[in-house]
Amino acid sequence: MSKASKINPVRGPVQLEVMEPVARFSLRVGKQGRQQLGQALGLELPERIGMRSSQGGREALCLGPDEWVVLAPEAERETLFTAALEAYAEVPHSLAEISDREITLRLEGERATDLLTIACPRNLELMPPGSGRRTVMGGIQVVLWRDGQDAYRLDVWRSFFDYIHSLLETGNREFAAEAQLESQSA
Amino acid sequence: MLLIHCPYCDEDLPELEFTYAGEAHIDRPADPASLDDEAWRNYLFIRSNVKGPHYERWRHNHGCARFFNAVRDTVSDRFLTTYRVGEPRPDLESLIGKEGRE
Ligand SMILES: [Zn+2]
Repeated sequence: MSKASKINPVRGPVQLEVMEPVARFSLRVGKQGRQQLGQALGLELPERIGMRSSQGGREALCLGPDEWVVLAPEAERETLFTAALEAYAEVPHSLAEISDREITLRLEGERATDLLTIACPRNLELMPPGSGRRTVMGGIQVVLWRDGQDAYRLDVWRSFFDYIHSLLETGNREFAAEAQLESQSA
Repeated sequence: MLLIHCPYCDEDLPELEFTYAGEAHIDRPADPASLDDEAWRNYLFIRSNVKGPHYERWRHNHGCARFFNAVRDTVSDRFLTTYRVGEPRPDLESLIGKEGRE
């Protein structure tokens, strides 16, 4: 028997998709500069931790009292940098590119929330669709975006990605096995 | 799982997102060079090692990443309160009194 055939081909009820790269930035700016810098970058920087905004393909998520992660299409990387640089004299801040640091995994399906709870200690019911948080997943720090009731994006540091990905795939296969058992006993 | 209230996120969150960061309200001496060795050692290493309610620092490092302060009972591991850095040390009697009434 070849090695490949030993792997359970059943994929499970949750769709797991590795996303294309995007431009990512870690942004730090004080209270006074928040609104003005948001205008310069072309999107609102939400004030409350966990809140998100989006504008023309750009997205911002508030991670801490003075910290945001900003996403943009790769083609807008330079535009965003230049806009921040031009605002710098008036609004001191730090904008560090972290595009290559993380890989994003997208999860969608009725059991997506159940799947995340195998590795995430948060109560995800307290995280409504349209919000996001920095949290832990399988002992690793991640950024979790909840896009819908059953849809999430998970930004995982590159070196931990295979671990988290395979952990979630395993859980997903277990859901499939569970469903199979239930249908057999029915 | 132990839930800790982060005063910046304003949520009760799993302990796994937090790390302990030592006793709180210890001021760095304004002029370290003027201290003798013993005073400097006391500042660096000597802590109160409380049995009971303890004022201590925590960091929500896998969340908002902020440091904050907490009063935790070192016997029961119960958090009496948490508060932001820079806020005054809460009065212990009012905290315990509040607990008692609940
Ligand atoms: Zn927090």
